Amino acid sequence: MEKGILVEDLVLIGGSAGSLDVLLQILPALRPDVQAAIILVLHRKATSETVLTQLLKQRTNLPVRDVEEKDRIWPGVIYVSPGDYHLLFESDGTLSLDDSERILYSRPSIDVSFESAAMVYGSRLTCILLSGANADGSEGMLFARKEGAYTIAQTPDSAELPLMPKAAIDNGAAMIEMQPSEILSFLNSRKHL
Amino acid sequence: MIELKVNDAQVKELLDDIMRLYGYDFSEYSKASIIRRINRLISLDRFEDFAAFRNHLRRHPDYLKRFIEEVTVNVTEMFRDPLFYNYLRTTVFPEIAMRPFIRIWHAGCATGEEVYSMAILLKESGLLHKSLIYATDINPDVVEKTRSGIFPLIRMREYSENYRMAGGTQDFSSYYTAQYDRVIFRDELKEKMICATHNLVSDGSFNEFQLILCRNVLIYFDRGLQERVLDLFDASLERLGFLALGTKETLKFSGLQQRYKQQQKERIWRKEY
Repeated sequence: MEKGILVEDLVLIGGSAGSLDVLLQILPALRPDVQAAIILVLHRKATSETVLTQLLKQRTNLPVRDVEEKDRIWPGVIYVSPGDYHLLFESDGTLSLDDSERILYSRPSIDVSFESAAMVYGSRLTCILLSGANADGSEGMLFARKEGAYTIAQTPDSAELPLMPKAAIDNGAAMIEMQPSEILSFLNSRKHL
Repeated sequence: MIELKVNDAQVKELLDDIMRLYGYDFSEYSKASIIRRINRLISLDRFEDFAAFRNHLRRHPDYLKRFIEEVTVNVTEMFRDPLFYNYLRTTVFPEIAMRPFIRIWHAGCATGEEVYSMAILLKESGLLHKSLIYATDINPDVVEKTRSGIFPLIRMREYSENYRMAGGTQDFSSYYTAQYDRVIFRDELKEKMICATHNLVSDGSFNEFQLILCRNVLIYFDRGLQERVLDLFDASLERLGFLALGTKETLKFSGLQQRYKQQQKERIWRKEY
């Protein structure tokens, strides 16, 4: 596998109900020269995607893009995964979409994306799980941790709906718990230009 | 618990076997999706490990059917993306309605839900009698399902809602008869359908169409194969014909881009020359 074509630092953020407020707290405060590629996989209605992207575009310093199939991942870009498709990671550094069965009633499934990204990016991957009302993400995060990824759960007491991050803490998937402000500091302290 | 069962090299060995023994070429499918589907199948069918799975597939030609059915994705629904169908009805149909004869190709039709949606739209627009709908898929089992017109009753409420959002005005349930947990769609919708296997990887053009639909199929192919399949569609589409793709698929990076005009914001392109 050619590692040279993969970004050095991939941050994959999964979230469901209650995660949007956290993202709007974190993403606008990111340094504009962050080198990580940041990808959002959120449970939501298929129709609401451009709204979210527009909102993020207005408020953040980094470029924000809706994922199109076979898009190449670039550093310093925020990608928003579409509703109604699973997001998969190719070993050539591109993204694929998949409209197969829902998993835990979810498409996109955060489990699927964490697992797929971990297989390709291993220790270059950071997984973050935010507020949500179901357990999607915890299994995939556990797998990612075993593949060498760094794994973070939002502290349940800071989450509007704690079930999702709590599941990842309970099954041993999360290496660390962070408040939204700590997640922001973590991201801003990563390698930049 | 998700376990890593196959890696890139193993998938390549497996796909080489399938090509050599059975003549199906999956080598240009998107790897991430294939790996995921193979892992899923290995655990669904409870194989010990990859080697056992590979051996079984080599020694049991009848298992290939199962492999194709599970590794290709057959998720579909009636009037999927209802506004897309509404656009077909209100904007595309009037453009092709004056033709003495209308040929439509659903490439990669899976179990046929979108094919029946099309037949209903054509019927309501007074065009079905002079149309022929070709429904093709790589997988013989789903082609047979398409031909049967039998679908699960449990989905009908959702489909009826989609139908209404697509601009349907009739009583949706008048198109089928319910029997136990299934429904069977009316024969008159099937009379204008030709269902056949066709492999987009290896089979060529077989007719010239006014409208080709291939929705959520290209996402499973790598860029090289996508390009070849789009060339196949180009060769199968008459001038001023329409090509419809899935909501996340595009002609933007293809050689067709120059000669095809996107229709407003829809994932529908018209061949200009």
